[in-house]
Amino acid sequence: MGPLADVSESTAPPRRNPPRSGRGLRRAALPWLMLLPALAVVGGVVGYPFFRTFYLGFFNAPLLGKARTFLGLANYLHAFQTQEFRAAVVHTLHFTVGSIGLELVLGVAVALFLNRPFLGQRFLRALLILPLALPTVVNAVMWRWIYNPEYGALNALLTQLHVLPGYRTWLGTPGLAMNMIIVGDVWKNFTLVALLVLAALQTIPVELHDAARVDGASGFQRMRFITLPGIRPALLVALVLRTVEALKVFDIIYVMTGGGPASSTKTLSFMVYQEAFSFLKLGTAAADAFLTVALIMVFVGIYIRLLQSRGVAG
Amino acid sequence: MSRAGMRAAAGRARGARRRRAGLEAVATYAGALLLAAFILAPFVWLLISSIAPLADLLQRPLHWIPPHATWERYRTIFFGADGREFRFALRNSALVASVATSISLVAGMLGAYALSRFPSRSRTGLLYLMLATYMTPPVAILLPIYLILSRLGMLNTVIGLALVYTSFLTPFLTWILKGFFDSIPVELEESAMIDGATRVGALGRVTLPLSLPGVITAVLFGVILAWDEFLYALIFTSSVAAKTLPVAISEFTSRHAVDYGLMAAGGIVAALPPLILAFALQRYLIAGLTAGSVKG
Repeated sequence: MGPLADVSESTAPPRRNPPRSGRGLRRAALPWLMLLPALAVVGGVVGYPFFRTFYLGFFNAPLLGKARTFLGLANYLHAFQTQEFRAAVVHTLHFTVGSIGLELVLGVAVALFLNRPFLGQRFLRALLILPLALPTVVNAVMWRWIYNPEYGALNALLTQLHVLPGYRTWLGTPGLAMNMIIVGDVWKNFTLVALLVLAALQTIPVELHDAARVDGASGFQRMRFITLPGIRPALLVALVLRTVEALKVFDIIYVMTGGGPASSTKTLSFMVYQEAFSFLKLGTAAADAFLTVALIMVFVGIYIRLLQSRGVAG
Repeated sequence: MSRAGMRAAAGRARGARRRRAGLEAVATYAGALLLAAFILAPFVWLLISSIAPLADLLQRPLHWIPPHATWERYRTIFFGADGREFRFALRNSALVASVATSISLVAGMLGAYALSRFPSRSRTGLLYLMLATYMTPPVAILLPIYLILSRLGMLNTVIGLALVYTSFLTPFLTWILKGFFDSIPVELEESAMIDGATRVGALGRVTLPLSLPGVITAVLFGVILAWDEFLYALIFTSSVAAKTLPVAISEFTSRHAVDYGLMAAGGIVAALPPLILAFALQRYLIAGLTAGSVKG
């Protein structure tokens, strides 16, 4: 495909005016003019505020009022020294690894299952859209109600099936609460993995599997050498999207536990929110926010390397 | 082996194959049922909770199917005094989603067309910049934007929140639309231009109609993502003037903690617009999910 600018210059009928310098300049400026609104958003609504976050991190700044004192690196160093920040990192990683691990396993399994023709398969495929399109806050409210310690459906179900002797406080037990949140998140988000992988599976030609079968390849071999390479790009994209989403998790935590019990579900985003808007310590919050971004960037950097080496995004 | 023996062996093999196929079908449908139950059960329970009388919801042992349904809560939400804040939130969500999506669609289409059609050494860099911007977590920009909006007097306004939403919608829509523009052959525009159309004419008469699926996909994702957003809305809005549905729902649950049914009904109503859009436009939803993932 020849780029448009070259083509119009070289193959345009000769009766057209020869390019004048003014027109050439206009032509060179046009793409940037068209990009201007998008770049204004990138720079103005994201870039500049991000820089300001980094800058704010150097100050002792209350949320209200203008009195600011310069602290240097104190806020940033403070984060590494406090147990609270380290705990938030651990909780964030717990949520991220747990939910993404389950979402990938469940998503791939469901995609493989739905890639075979059977009656009702199209219905099930469409059904995957339900959790995907359900608003995150509604999902959180729904699971909180299901987990309700006194009237929740989970307690009712498990006691009626005699799995549990009595009702439990699922979200009120440290060590259990985060795993229950993960279940709620997995229910909603495994569908994204499933749909992405399913789309990738459909691009693998059936003939490839047939030829391999004729050549005597086992089911495992076909999985390893045909299916897996075919879905790897989709898997990596799902992994990147979900990891970034999970590392910044806020809404489901806010609605389901508010960071509790005993701060056991307090993630990085939730900590930043609390520091800024409950404790009104803007500087500390900004430093922690910047470090959160740094953590996410480490992950994204690793993934982009992976993507590039597999030739997906290049 | 005799001929009869061979036939018997072949029959046995065929029988075994048939039995295995039968077992496979049973396993398939057991799996299908399990999957359907896993996806449907939580949502159906939310539906039931929204129409079951409160007394039935609070029973122990719990009765799963209430003896009769009550539509009282939906009436409260749409017409009652207690539903007033919710109705304002519904309006605000619709306004914020439309404004943010409109702005991002214009910026995204212009940017995506430039990225798709004009060769440039900076193209890959710009694409990664869009991706990085989309992936920037809200906490990274939350605090300064709060200060800026407060200085501009734009806290608790629909337009302020919509502008903030362009931060993630514009890069995402640009990314999606670029994929769609890439799939429209340049040659079509070229031939229109050779036939005497200006670039703008070619864009309007050839490229835009062909990119309609891309535009539908972009609008779909814009509305769903804006409708879903919570953290910005929680921080930047404080009253019925701008509060959106997710915030209203999260408050609903703490203030009306007693009526779990009302909370469920609110959740259902808030979920309906994105659910209806997503199911009605499934084809575009899947296209959008995969558009960003294979191309780059």
